[in-house]
Amino acid sequence: MSNPEVVDARGTRCPVPVVRVARAARSLAPGEVVVLLADDEAARSDVPAWARMRGHGLTVEDDGTWTRYTVRVAGTTSDGSGEARST
Amino acid sequence: MKTLLHPTWVGHAGGYRSGVAHGTFDSPRGDPSTDTPRGVLDAAPGPLHPAAGQTLAAASRVSWADPVRLHAPGRRSRALLDTARAVLAEALEVRPEDLSVHPTAEDALAVGLDGLRHARRRVGQRVVASAVERSVVLLRGDVEDPVPVGPTGRVDVASFTAQVAEPGVAAAVSQTANGEVGTHQPVLDLARAAADAGVPLLVDATASLGRDPLPGVGDVVVADAAAFGGPPLGLLAVRPGTRWGLPGPRREAEHGRALATPWVPSVLAAAEAWRQGTASHRTDAERARVLVSRVRTAAAAVRDVEVVGDPDARLPHVVTFSVLLADGEVLVEELARRGLAVGSGSACTSSALRPSHVLAAMGVLTHGNVRVTLPLESVCPDREEDVDRLCAVLAEVVAAVRERLGTADL
Repeated sequence: MSNPEVVDARGTRCPVPVVRVARAARSLAPGEVVVLLADDEAARSDVPAWARMRGHGLTVEDDGTWTRYTVRVAGTTSDGSGEARST
Repeated sequence: MKTLLHPTWVGHAGGYRSGVAHGTFDSPRGDPSTDTPRGVLDAAPGPLHPAAGQTLAAASRVSWADPVRLHAPGRRSRALLDTARAVLAEALEVRPEDLSVHPTAEDALAVGLDGLRHARRRVGQRVVASAVERSVVLLRGDVEDPVPVGPTGRVDVASFTAQVAEPGVAAAVSQTANGEVGTHQPVLDLARAAADAGVPLLVDATASLGRDPLPGVGDVVVADAAAFGGPPLGLLAVRPGTRWGLPGPRREAEHGRALATPWVPSVLAAAEAWRQGTASHRTDAERARVLVSRVRTAAAAVRDVEVVGDPDARLPHVVTFSVLLADGEVLVEELARRGLAVGSGSACTSSALRPSHVLAAMGVLTHGNVRVTLPLESVCPDREEDVDRLCAVLAEVVAAVRERLGTADL
């Protein structure tokens, strides 16, 4: 958690940001975190909708002209939170 | 069925063979005016009803004159415009003198809203409208804080009720149903809330007239002839007793509501489309509902496809779904290659590169979006075949698009 993977998708447009964060999340273990930076307007709807469909945890923070999406990958974690979910 | 124009007039226009439109759009089977359109799953707007097309052609020869002119052709245009207005007024369940015709539905919405706001300018300027109203309503009404909607796109009645009761509200707007996702709005509840607050309501029936019965409420009602097989044409009904008036000098046409008289052939074609369809609207809607259910089932069966909008309380002929990790533009292209024309609310398919504000307000996926708007069966007799073809190819198209994008394993 101290050094989460960061996907910088600033300057790319729909559906690239959500595709890139999905690809990054694919290789992570349940409970691990990936951060997406994006400035595409469609990502504001699409990243939360994707996280909801996949069961990932998500926090969204505006950071100037872009948005920071912190995704916690779904599945059973060491502390027991979350649920196992196949993708 | 008899047409609005005398049969000899319609026959007169039938011999059209060498004009601009002939040749370019000629199909291998011959006359484009008699071929039935195929693969039309994006009827917003769709092809003209064939009888409306014939009336349009004939009317362009007999009602070309400005109806305010006093010569014989002008008087003939006037008489035909009156006939057409009577038919369209019946469609909106108002008197002919309460109905004005405008170049587009957007124009009719803007004028309808302007008139309500101006008449109540001493009360306030604010317009209450939901986040899924048409863009023209949100922009023209300067709606800064739209009423939220639920995940199906249904307007939150409690928030609407609270907003209309606030001071300074000039008018409220509600669509009968959302034209992008199909969801019905609780328009009777919203009308009651607006009436309790003493706020006039504009009902936007542009997506539903001809597909669903009108709810019978609204101080102002707006519809679009394109929704029932006519040409795109804005219809604006202001009920008697409504405080309504536009700023500035009185406009010359359409009971003071328009800058110019509409082109009469276009109004006649709209009236023709209504007349031809009115007997079959109910059965057409029942059949469309079954077809839309097939699309919903087929789409939901594909992995990571989210069908959006209310599954039951919806327009009979509209269905929208979003394909996770796919590209709306490529989906539309792949379906087009298979002869199927669909719409999309994805950013990459819009000229503004902005996703549909409706999908965004609902909090659903905006990428990979496909929108199906069924034409009337009388306009596209192969409608059912086209729907079944879409259902048959959908899984393979989605797989192909994900393959192209390299997201098949995500």
